[in-house]
Amino acid sequence: MAKGILGKKIGMTQIFTQQGEVVPVTVVEASSSVVLQNKTVESDGYNAVQLGFGTVKDKNVTKPMQGHFAKAGVKPVRFIRELRLADAPEYNVGDSIGVDAFADGEIVDITGIAKGKGFAGGIKRHHFRRGPMAHGSKSHREPGTIGSRMSGGGGKVFKGKKLPGRMGGNKVTIQRLTVVKVDAERNLILIKGAVPGPKGGFVIIRNTVKPMK
Amino acid sequence: MDIVKALEQEQLRNDIPDFKPGDTVKVHVKVVEGTRERIQVFEGVVIKRQGTSVRETFTVRRISYRIGVERTFPVHSRRIEKIEVVRKGVVRRAKLYYLRNLTGKAARIKERR
Repeated sequence: MAKGILGKKIGMTQIFTQQGEVVPVTVVEASSSVVLQNKTVESDGYNAVQLGFGTVKDKNVTKPMQGHFAKAGVKPVRFIRELRLADAPEYNVGDSIGVDAFADGEIVDITGIAKGKGFAGGIKRHHFRRGPMAHGSKSHREPGTIGSRMSGGGGKVFKGKKLPGRMGGNKVTIQRLTVVKVDAERNLILIKGAVPGPKGGFVIIRNTVKPMK
Repeated sequence: MDIVKALEQEQLRNDIPDFKPGDTVKVHVKVVEGTRERIQVFEGVVIKRQGTSVRETFTVRRISYRIGVERTFPVHSRRIEKIEVVRKGVVRRAKLYYLRNLTGKAARIKERR
C-alpha cells in the first residue's frame, strides 16, 4: 500500500555507517502527520488520504479551514497534502502517522519546492555549454543560435526552446532515495543525499514508485 | 540547526588525542582485505586539520621509498583504531603545504618541549 508522511527539512550533515563509511544525509523532521480526511471513489471520485503537518497560529487559519480541522477533530496544521492511493484509505480521520512508518534501508521518493534561483542563464538552467572565453570571442555565456532560416517553416523560434529565464521555485520529486536511519525518539528521518528545497521547507516522503532496479 | 548539531555531537569520538599540524602521529587504520580485517599503521607529519565537528579531517604526510605520500582521514572515523602522537612539532602556520617542496634536512620540524 502506498504510504507517506509529511516533514520539514532541517539540514544536511554526514554520518558514519557501521562499516565506517561516511554517508551524506539530509535530516528531515517528521513528527506525526495527522489524517484530516479520507477520500474514496464513491465520495470524491478517487482514493486519497489528506495529511496535515506543522503548527500554525490561530489567527492565520481561515474560517473554512477552521471548520475542516474541527471536523477531523485535530489542531490546525500549516501544511496539507493529499496522498493518492490505489485502494480506499485504511486510516481513521484524526490518526497520526509517525516516522516509524518507514524503516532503515527503505527506498523513498521525496517531493519539495526547489529553491528559487531567480533569472538564470542557459548554462545554469539547461546545462548549455559556454562559448570560448578568449581568442576574440564575445559569446562567453550566450545561448548561441536559437534557430535557422528554415526552422519551423520560415525562421521562427520553436515554442519551448530552452532559453534563459526564471529557474527554481517549482515542485521537484527526487526518486529512489535511501532512508539511512529512522530516529523515532526525536521524530527524525535521515535520507541519503540531497532533498529539494531550503532548510525549513516542507517535503512529502512517499515509498518509491520505482522499487525495482 | 540544533538538531543537526545534536546528531553530529553523538558521533564524535572522545578518545582522540589532542594533536596539531606539525606533530608526528601514528594512525592505526583498520583495513579490510576480503573478509579479513587487520590494522595498518601510517606514520607521518600532520600537515593540516580541516573542517569542524564530525566533518573534521586531517592529512598525514610521509616519505615512503623517496616518494611523498599523503593520506587524509576523518578525525572521528570508525576505521581509525587509535591515533598516537609520537612527537610534537613547532610550526608557525596551520597548513604545512610548504613541506611538499622540501626534502631531507630542510623538511625537519623542530620539536616542541
